Amino acid sequence: MSILGTRVLRTEDPGFLTRGGVYTDDVEDERLAGACHVFFVRSPVAHAVIRSVDVSAAREAPGVIAVFTGADLTGLPALPPPLPGMINDLMNQPLLARDVVRFVGEPVAMVVTQDPYQGEDAAELVDVDYDLLPPVVDMSAATTADPIFPDAHTNVAASFGDADQFDPALFDGCEAVVTRTIENQRVAPAPMETRAAAAAWGEDKDAGGRLTAWIPNQGAQGTRAVVASMLGIDPASVRIITPDVGGAFGAKFGADPEHGLVCWVARQLGRPARWAETRAENMVAMTHGRAQRQTITIGGRRDGTVLAYRLEILQDSGAYPKFGAILPSLTILMTPGPYAFPRAEAAAVSVLTNTTPVGAYRGAGRPEATAAVERAIDLFAAEIGMDPADVRRKNLLPAFTEPHTTAFGAVYDSGDYTTALDKALAAAGYQDLRDEQAKRRANGDVVQLGIGLASYVEITGSGSEAGRPQENATVEVHPDGSATILTGTSPHGQGHSTVWAMLASEELGIPVDKITVKWGDTDLIPQGGGTGGSRSLQQGGAAVQQASQELLEEARQRAAGELEANPADLVFDIGSSAFTVAGDPDASVPLARLAETERLVVRSVFSAPGATFPFGAHVAVVEVDTETGKAVLRRMVTVDDAGTLVNPLLAEGQRHGGIAQGAAQAFLEEVVYDADGNPLTTTFADYPFLSATEVPSFELADMATPTTYNPLGAKGIGEAGTIGATPAVQNAVVDAVSHLGVRHIDMPTSPQRVWRALREAAAPPVAGTAAPAAGTSESRDAQ
Amino acid sequence: MKVRLTVNGQDRSDDVEPRLLLVHYLRQHLGLRAANVGCDTTSCGACTVLLNGKSVKSCTVLTVQASGQEVTTAEGLAPEGDLHPVQRAFRAEHGLQCGFCTPGMVMAATGLLAENPHPTEEEVRAGLEGNFCRCTGYHNIVRAVLTAAGTMSTGATTSTKSAQ
Repeated sequence: MSILGTRVLRTEDPGFLTRGGVYTDDVEDERLAGACHVFFVRSPVAHAVIRSVDVSAAREAPGVIAVFTGADLTGLPALPPPLPGMINDLMNQPLLARDVVRFVGEPVAMVVTQDPYQGEDAAELVDVDYDLLPPVVDMSAATTADPIFPDAHTNVAASFGDADQFDPALFDGCEAVVTRTIENQRVAPAPMETRAAAAAWGEDKDAGGRLTAWIPNQGAQGTRAVVASMLGIDPASVRIITPDVGGAFGAKFGADPEHGLVCWVARQLGRPARWAETRAENMVAMTHGRAQRQTITIGGRRDGTVLAYRLEILQDSGAYPKFGAILPSLTILMTPGPYAFPRAEAAAVSVLTNTTPVGAYRGAGRPEATAAVERAIDLFAAEIGMDPADVRRKNLLPAFTEPHTTAFGAVYDSGDYTTALDKALAAAGYQDLRDEQAKRRANGDVVQLGIGLASYVEITGSGSEAGRPQENATVEVHPDGSATILTGTSPHGQGHSTVWAMLASEELGIPVDKITVKWGDTDLIPQGGGTGGSRSLQQGGAAVQQASQELLEEARQRAAGELEANPADLVFDIGSSAFTVAGDPDASVPLARLAETERLVVRSVFSAPGATFPFGAHVAVVEVDTETGKAVLRRMVTVDDAGTLVNPLLAEGQRHGGIAQGAAQAFLEEVVYDADGNPLTTTFADYPFLSATEVPSFELADMATPTTYNPLGAKGIGEAGTIGATPAVQNAVVDAVSHLGVRHIDMPTSPQRVWRALREAAAPPVAGTAAPAAGTSESRDAQ
Repeated sequence: MKVRLTVNGQDRSDDVEPRLLLVHYLRQHLGLRAANVGCDTTSCGACTVLLNGKSVKSCTVLTVQASGQEVTTAEGLAPEGDLHPVQRAFRAEHGLQCGFCTPGMVMAATGLLAENPHPTEEEVRAGLEGNFCRCTGYHNIVRAVLTAAGTMSTGATTSTKSAQ
């Protein structure tokens, strides 16, 4: 029986459960003996000129080895633009702020001590004199505010499409048109493990040097490139080692200035250096996610047919443009989602503000697209008084098995969106829920029921700059009958050790527990795309399968020689992991023996024809207390079709986690700044991190439409939950109070926002004083 | 200050800074690194250990406060090479992904089951409210604790012993 498709328990778990993972702060290595500790002094203000930095008192504090400021960073190259050609090149973040600070949390100085407690003490003695500048806090003010980089003459970091070129006739012929500005609020990725680094230079550091750095990351090869570039050294002089990584969610791709600085300190002082971030630092200095303001307009016929859809995006990039600045390009790519809109258009502008830079966060651009279109569908349904499920059915693309190219250039590999929706509705008992809702409405119950839907399609495993999506794997069988896999992907919770071993075991007959999977050491694995964009299984896993099959072919040739038989006459017996000669069961040679005389090892690169497009449908059921405004998530029913599953247990785990994070954005989480750019959510006491009491158990329905883009038939599953759950939960909260006149509530749908929306619906504001919490709304009937 | 305590059954005595947190003592002085530090505000529970059999957040206990008491960490829950029923249930139900919250979650669950051996799902969720996980959505963690409650109540005697 095939091991593929079975619920194999994770091989990595016993270690995590007993001694705990070995995260960067846990690494014990002789190269790190006597390491000093780096503590960062960060800007407490959003925007200011640095008049002076006095480190004299800090230098005298107990245990202080050195204190460095931006002025000390000599001999480092000017940083290249982070995304050349895509964003304004004049908006670079220096490793340490020199003349100006641009967000609360920006590193200004480093205190290096013997012991980490001493660093925190001494950092308080660094005296920085700031001359405050007016901060740009709200993204809508950014385009007209003074430029945060005066030389750039603008706060626009990037733009995609041009709203000025929108078709004025886009909504012609529509019987109903709704438009609304909605928030896809800023959230914190908040992996449980904060950022960290440990760095040691080899003895030959003066002769060019060689750096070994332990950094939690999502792809060591990308991290190596960024670290080398920050230090101005050849990437070949850098070895990145990836310890266990305690969650990443997109925010640990590449490397941040702090990582480069820790390596710089180690070189400067000639001794190893370590850094482990506090949560308070993490909440202001690790990139944030989302942060889009979207204006959606949708129009169509009163029979539910959508004729036109428009999406206009304002992206808050934070103080320094990073990946967040180009997130809207992914959002735009997915503008129409799973719908067959005859006309659609989109444009985006990414602007700078004096806030924490924005980067990738689970879904990265696609949840924003889905949130926009799913809110639009519900607004349209409410406008024409139709059930949102019916509006979706009427507009979903019909099932297709040949690739479908959208007006935005996305090539959907395969999809059956209506079946996904119908399965989700059936699993939820949709009609019963609507009946229950009607009953509560008729009774005027205080606690109302809300049912929210989201249909989605997303993009996973998209291509690299080199072109087609690809990943490499090396498989080696050892003489003792064990095997080793080297992969270019980089797990941080996904369970690649187990699944990659399953894939090799399936081909080679070697038990899963005798297969070791290695990743994240750039000396061992110089190439690799890492883990992100839900790419790992469909590319990295496919590469493991391909390498295993190629290894088996190589072994067949060797076995033929050994058994003096024609290779075509050999049969591979998976049970004994050996080749036998057909019709002569005594003539047999195990793989392990074929590895005795010469290494039995194959490296292979798998290349996919393109990205895949998983899809699904989510149904959220909430109860909303109409007196307090509190929304409680009661049920989440989801269909997430990611093609063929290799390990359903792990795929379900990915869905659970994504659903929870998506739901958390919908009703709970938000990074908040005051008008001066001070972050108000800098700890887990202030930031409403989701706890076990705030979500129910999730109900997962099965659907698996294999893709033809890889032999596994697998699409990505890592981000689906986040993409579907967020709009489903938001739609459910709005739905719970829609009969009271509420059409929209911005995320997070906090009790305060729900309560305010109810108050405003009960006593509509005077025209021209639209309530900010509910966004601006306009609807009109056209002929 | 002088401290003397029992950690995973072993007597320890040390001279520590009065402000040294128990979690840092465990991690840095004893090399027991299962308990992690995930926040600065006693919110996340990644550092949860048992103090005299009751779960506590070791980031909010001074080492000197633990003097004279018994500390159990994830490392000491089961004999070397074995898993405690709670640990086994976390594996069986896929109750961990990145693993960072896991040792604290396992200790919190062990403490919870010591106080309430037959919790409902709601009681499990309430009991783990102070332990954050970013990966699992809590779904399989809750399953794991309920599964562990089942196996521990059906006569796994070693479990109650090691949970103290």
